[in-house]
Amino acid sequence: MRVGGALRARWGRTGRAARWTAAGAAVALLGGGAAWGVSADGAPRVRTVDERITVVDGPKDDQRVTLDATLYRPVGRAKGPALMLGHGFGGDKRDVTGDARAFARAGYTVLTWSARGFGHSTGEIALNSPDYEVKDTRQLIDWLAKRPEVLLDGPGDPRVGMAGESYGGAIALMTAAYDRRVDAIAPQITWNDLADALFPNASGAGPGKGVFKKLWAGLFFTDGAGSSACGRFLPSLCDMYQEVARTGRPTPEAVATLRRSSPASVADRIKVPTLLVQGQSDSLFPLDQADANARAITRNGAPVSVVWFQGGHDGGDNETTRVRGLLRGFFDARLRHGGPSGDGFTVTRAGGLDSSTQKVVVEEAAARVYPGLGADRRTLPLNGHEQTIFNPAGGSPASISALPGLGALGGLADLGVPGGGLPVDMPGQAARFDTAPLERPLRLTGAPTVRIHVSGKGDVPLFAKLYDVAPTGQAVPARRIAAPVRVTGGTEATVTLPAMDYRFDRGHRLRVVVATTDMGFATPAEPASYAVRAVSPLTVPTVPALATEPAPVPGWVWGLPVAAAVLAAVILARGRRRPAGRPALSDVPLEITGLTKAYRNGHLAVADLSLRVEKGQVLGLLGPNGAGKTTTLRMLMGLIHPDSGEIRIFGQRVTPGAPVLSRLGSFVEGPGFLPHLSGRDNLDLYWRATGRPADEAHLDEALKIADLGTALDRAVRTYSQGMRQRLAIAQAMLGLPDLLVLDEPTNGLDPPQIREMREVLVRYAAAGRTVIVSSHLLAEVEQTCTHAVVMAGGRRVAAGPVSEIVGSGRRLEDAFLEIIGEGS
Amino acid sequence: MSTTTAPAGDGTAPGYTVRRTLPLRVEAVRQFRRRRTLIAFGILLVLPWVLVGAFKIGGDPGPDGVPSLVDVATASALNFALFALFVSTGFLLVVAVSLFCGDTVASEAGWSSLRYLLAAPVPRARLLRQKLIVSLSYAVVAVVSLPLMSLVAGVVGFGWGDVELPTGGTVPVGTALGRMAIIVGYSLVAQLVVAALAFLLSVTTDSPLGAVGGAVGLVIVSNILDAVTALGSWRDFLPTHWMYSWMDALQPQIQWTGMAKGAAISTSYAAVLFALAFRRFRNRDITS
Repeated sequence: MRVGGALRARWGRTGRAARWTAAGAAVALLGGGAAWGVSADGAPRVRTVDERITVVDGPKDDQRVTLDATLYRPVGRAKGPALMLGHGFGGDKRDVTGDARAFARAGYTVLTWSARGFGHSTGEIALNSPDYEVKDTRQLIDWLAKRPEVLLDGPGDPRVGMAGESYGGAIALMTAAYDRRVDAIAPQITWNDLADALFPNASGAGPGKGVFKKLWAGLFFTDGAGSSACGRFLPSLCDMYQEVARTGRPTPEAVATLRRSSPASVADRIKVPTLLVQGQSDSLFPLDQADANARAITRNGAPVSVVWFQGGHDGGDNETTRVRGLLRGFFDARLRHGGPSGDGFTVTRAGGLDSSTQKVVVEEAAARVYPGLGADRRTLPLNGHEQTIFNPAGGSPASISALPGLGALGGLADLGVPGGGLPVDMPGQAARFDTAPLERPLRLTGAPTVRIHVSGKGDVPLFAKLYDVAPTGQAVPARRIAAPVRVTGGTEATVTLPAMDYRFDRGHRLRVVVATTDMGFATPAEPASYAVRAVSPLTVPTVPALATEPAPVPGWVWGLPVAAAVLAAVILARGRRRPAGRPALSDVPLEITGLTKAYRNGHLAVADLSLRVEKGQVLGLLGPNGAGKTTTLRMLMGLIHPDSGEIRIFGQRVTPGAPVLSRLGSFVEGPGFLPHLSGRDNLDLYWRATGRPADEAHLDEALKIADLGTALDRAVRTYSQGMRQRLAIAQAMLGLPDLLVLDEPTNGLDPPQIREMREVLVRYAAAGRTVIVSSHLLAEVEQTCTHAVVMAGGRRVAAGPVSEIVGSGRRLEDAFLEIIGEGS
Repeated sequence: MSTTTAPAGDGTAPGYTVRRTLPLRVEAVRQFRRRRTLIAFGILLVLPWVLVGAFKIGGDPGPDGVPSLVDVATASALNFALFALFVSTGFLLVVAVSLFCGDTVASEAGWSSLRYLLAAPVPRARLLRQKLIVSLSYAVVAVVSLPLMSLVAGVVGFGWGDVELPTGGTVPVGTALGRMAIIVGYSLVAQLVVAALAFLLSVTTDSPLGAVGGAVGLVIVSNILDAVTALGSWRDFLPTHWMYSWMDALQPQIQWTGMAKGAAISTSYAAVLFALAFRRFRNRDITS
């Protein structure tokens, strides 16, 4: 109310023109505030619409399926490109909500849908078959083309990109092969050849002779099955899986079916810009799957970028923010600007641990082009003679390499931290071949190869892995992935080890381990023994072009010190007292004018004090306790800032540390010495602290006054009160200052010493110097001083030659009591 | 008594020059012969031998699952020095640095010698600067002497060899010495905030114990707040949050981020605290 009233009052006083200008400015400010409010809210808001879209598919285009979809629209944007985000196997459209919202906020119209057989969509799972799922997505593109907010490249041809993980990534590749309207794809952690992924064979002999990846295949299929044996699978697919899983051997029909669901079958038709994101912790679809996709699409002449990140089906760091950023950069470049996108090859690496968060620091290394898995090869000779290894009956206990979820340890393993102490290889089941210790660190990027000879009966499934052996002999898997290989006994085979990006430290060895069992794969139940030997050196690919940029430091790392320096400068610059006035030399040893000092508690210690001391005088400063004598002397030494008035010594104004203080010798409120040093050292160091030449000190004269004898070389802490007092007076007299100020100098001295002191002071002044003695011992002042100033309550109540103050025939004591009686 | 000498042309006593007041050597000597200084150095120089003795009596530490420096403390002299630094960073070095920087002005005030130095006259800013340089130098020598003596004790106790990292892997001696220099250098920078805090308290109070205790106390408070993980990234701005970031130099590849943040925090606080100390001392009434 009060503010409003004040505003009205001011409004009334202001002229008409000024009023409207102000109102306009206020409106502009409000508008600015609203705009700012929107952008601060985090880009445009997103509106979601749930849709049920009916599509027709099947080999004869006769099956109606209703797909459960959601459209995410950025509010208040002109027509823009669209993105289709597919979900992973076993999930539904809700899994990609986070990504969808992020892309929608970035201005894309995003369509997510549950694939047929998943979530609330109808139909059966056909494993991204061209007859089913691909037809569905093509009709989703038709649907998108009718949306008013989607930018069209031509009639019925929306500007659209596709992305998704795993199952959703494969459909992106498949749709791009079958539908030319797809403009860019970013498949993540997905397959090139499902047959190859489920029946891998690292000898290159193909999935027909592959080893069944039973653990992952089981998870993959039961994820879609639900509660019943076949769940929502197409019956033909279910039969195929059950046959294969029972025997552990691929059938040609199974291989053919899986191939049809694989981008490999249509690799020559994918001709759109592609960003392939593959996980380094992925034993289901390892890096070689992305490599196969990359090679195929590159052959078609389309630009391909490859990213290896830390996550994958095994777990590990999802790097959601980074992957989203890479995807966004890719789609922005391809769908909005039509230009090339970033680097051809990006690898994220565990650079170390952040000691404050205990999290693995992930760095990004990038190269301009993706070189494949066999770039820049080096060969490393392998030690190790032929070794005999056993397959246990029933294939158990089995070695453990990758297990779903174990990938989380991958980042630590990359740093050389043993992953959780899991047993890896069973005794007697693994042959080991080591390289010599490395002379310098080796960064392996790609898939190493080695040729082995195996003797034994029939087809032998073996599992090749790469270990990192520390100089202490401790061996850890470089990546927890095994490359299965089926070798006919008595022959040789070239084994391609799992592709990886891994740094072997100086002094470490690379170890190829060939094991008979692996928990993730189907192995024969018959007990057997085989002899294995390495017949070639280990070939190790590297990509030196990958340059790591160190993890960026936040801006405040540079900003804060700069801000602090500025703040420090401001602190120092402000509150500076004005420098002393003009220096005017004068012969007057001390002149005080209008000096006033009140302490913070309000006590007025010195009030408008003025006095003048002439050369050769011995001035007595008299006054009862609390009269302001000591405060005055402290101001004289530059220790206390006066509130007003000034003190001039030889014409120069006294400020803290004023150079003229070098002509002042002082002893105020007791001695101050370093107790651990001797008296002599104290005087010596004090004089050296003044910075003046040693021959100016007149140390001998001072020491004579101190009269300490042999005690001079004892630590001051052993001194009596009187000894300290004398030493302090001696210190004040060092250098024979022109103005000597002594506060209660005879405290603690015995009568002969008092008498001696008196004579010293008189003699000192007689030589043309000036002495100020503050005291409450009236007799002493009477006997020593030529002049006196009497203070009471901070004010000067009398001043003049002692004889004048005393008057004729009175004692100083009487005069003093009379004066302060008047003054107080 | 000799006669008066003529004053110099500028009205000062003959031979007086501001630039020559309180030379560093004089201040160093003033501080060095104190029992406090000698005891502090004594503790820092004896501690490594006590630790060597402890390991010799107690036997080699076994790994307990979580990689830590104590597991590899007896692997080599350098390992041992790192361990000694690790166990002293949080408190012993803080106390040592607080002692040298917190005591320097407050103790002079306590002895009343401060007023005679100021009236000598040593200009206030110069007095503070000289004292700061000397006390920081003592603090540096203290922080450096611990790992150096640990190296000597470590060579005697466990021999000279490559550094074994707690996370596995080794660093050759040549590299490790370079890393050691980085670690000690960072420790010094990280303690700068403690030094500045102690120094500010030192010019604020006349009690040396108050200044030293106050600085140590505030470090403890900061450590307690740092343990409150609910504070999240606010903890990044606590003065002691990055005190152990030198351990990032013990990874196979040095991680600079933590040390960069820590150095930024420490120097920023220090700059402001030192500025406050100078301003406070400049305007203060010396009543001790």
